[in-house]
Amino acid sequence: MRNVWLIWRKEMRSYFVSPVAYVLIVICALFFGFFFWSLLQAYLQFSMEAQMRGEMFPMNMPEEIARRLFGNVPVTGLFIIPLITMRLFAEEKRTGTIELLTTSPIRDGEVILGKWLAATTMYSCLLLMSALNIGFLFLYSRPDWKPLLVTYLGLFLQAAGLLAIGTFISTLTKNQIIAGALTFCANLLIFVCGWVGEYNSETWARVLAYLSVSTHMESFTRGTLDSKDAIYYLTLILVGLFLTARSLESLRWRS
Amino acid sequence: MITVKELTKRYARNAAVDHISFEIQKGQIVGFLGPNGAGKTTTMRMLTCFLPPTAGTATVAGFDVLEEPMEVKKRIGYLPETPPLYPEMMTGEYLSFVGGLKGLRGAELKQRIDYVSERCAIADVRNKQLGKLSKGYRQRVGLAQAIIHDPEVLILDEPTAGLDPKQINETRDLIKSLAGDHTIILSTHILPEVEQTCQQVIIINKGKLVATDTVDNLQSRARGAEPVLVEVAGRNGSLDPNVVQARIAKVSGVNRIVLKQKQPTHSTFEVETQKDQFVRGDLARAIVEAGWDLNEMRSSAVSLEEVFLQLTGSQEVAPKEEAVVTGASK
Ligand SMILES: Nc1ncnc2c1ncn2[C@@H]1O[C@H](COP(=O)(O)OP(=O)(O)OP(=O)(O)O)[C@@H](O)[C@H]1O
Ligand SMILES: [Mg+2]
Repeated sequence: MRNVWLIWRKEMRSYFVSPVAYVLIVICALFFGFFFWSLLQAYLQFSMEAQMRGEMFPMNMPEEIARRLFGNVPVTGLFIIPLITMRLFAEEKRTGTIELLTTSPIRDGEVILGKWLAATTMYSCLLLMSALNIGFLFLYSRPDWKPLLVTYLGLFLQAAGLLAIGTFISTLTKNQIIAGALTFCANLLIFVCGWVGEYNSETWARVLAYLSVSTHMESFTRGTLDSKDAIYYLTLILVGLFLTARSLESLRWRS
Repeated sequence: MITVKELTKRYARNAAVDHISFEIQKGQIVGFLGPNGAGKTTTMRMLTCFLPPTAGTATVAGFDVLEEPMEVKKRIGYLPETPPLYPEMMTGEYLSFVGGLKGLRGAELKQRIDYVSERCAIADVRNKQLGKLSKGYRQRVGLAQAIIHDPEVLILDEPTAGLDPKQINETRDLIKSLAGDHTIILSTHILPEVEQTCQQVIIINKGKLVATDTVDNLQSRARGAEPVLVEVAGRNGSLDPNVVQARIAKVSGVNRIVLKQKQPTHSTFEVETQKDQFVRGDLARAIVEAGWDLNEMRSSAVSLEEVFLQLTGSQEVAPKEEAVVTGASK
């Protein structure tokens, strides 16, 4: 466990020593800020119109705003996640530092876990940027915080799964750009493949829909914790990490 | 300490390392010698559990690299061909990270960092980013990380590459001082390095083991029958090489004499002498007493370099020519 911590610390440092972390944080702050602001505008407009027509204002505006804002997070994640994971192993392979890690008395699993945890930590920092905006809602209203927390859990689990896939892809190449591009494509595919399920109810479409990360988000955004969906995300994480471990092992047999 | 049996590594179709076997005793410094692409790095990678062998076995400190890699890794320090540095880290931070990886903690870690910084002369760059270090300093930091946990076995891939002459000497001294408690394998192209630092040499070429022996044995094998080049001139402007040849052949200890170069006034001969016999005195006396001038006498000293080139099958053997007597005319 100490080794996991050692690797985690090293990865976190490298995110924050290089401008990567700051660039991502600023990007996310700007994006979420913009989403939030435009949602707020839209709802203000909407409620004003409703009042003028003398109708009752639809009750839970803050929750609605939060829900919409969270709807944007996974899409932003699609772009951000490759940027976080692409260097994890590709960089070590390129500079040869992988030789230090694999000849030190530390297990592959510890390296992988440390790196993946660092990536999820990094992503959590970015999620916090969206929480800043949600914080504003709490300043002016009293939204129910429990469903929000469940939503965050869902967003976190989903991203953790995609980060695990990204970690795996980073072991496949020495080239960060290629790793990043492949991760983007893979994650996009896992994300959109569920859409076929909306128009089609044949078995293959339902299977695809089940495999997609996007279909399992719904229960979380409603604020209800469905263990089936949580299990799906946990499985995705395990599959990603398992593939990473296999890839690291076969790396040595191949090269 | 290290036993390698029929070790083989194949990349696609061609074998980078082809059925190599050798054994290294505890406390020895062994030079791993071979031209570019010989398979030195590949062999070292297999010994450090970075690459699995295609066939054959290797045991380090009694542990098989395939069966118990963790035990092997605990006992080795490895300096890869390119020092494995993280460019964004500070030197001190890096050493503490590597020390942690190798299982060092707290006060012991601090003490080892101080020790290796001093030994590898990197104390003055402790707070510098690794990415900004010069090549030589990177190499030194690489060496420092290899010895930080005081490993039983040190595997150094070209440890002196990129160092300045002073640092090369210091590194060699460092390596020599580590011998005894540590078993050291170092790869190199530099022959004097092997002669100066190592006790044993393993020469490989194109993945095959060419020779493995002690440095002393190889050197004396090289010195076997050391040829002497003699240039003789006639006093009165003319010289009959055949007469000279016949005269020299009579000197005791001379095995063979070959006329190398013939000119009207002087000729050059190559004289092969018996092993362990010093005949130059007699040779010179015989020539001078016969009434000729001895213009030059030198030995074409065979060095390890020559053995190396012979063994690895390269042509262009350029003997290191060492002037012994020049222009000793009477
Ligand atoms: N990853 C690889 N894939 C395919 N072939 C390789 C690979 N690594 C090394 N080789 C081949 O294996 C052979 C031995 O290479 P190796 O790096 O062990 O040589 P070396 O003795 O260390 O040479 P040098 O003195 O240049 O460092 C070479 O012919 C090389 O082309
Ligand atoms: Mg090499």
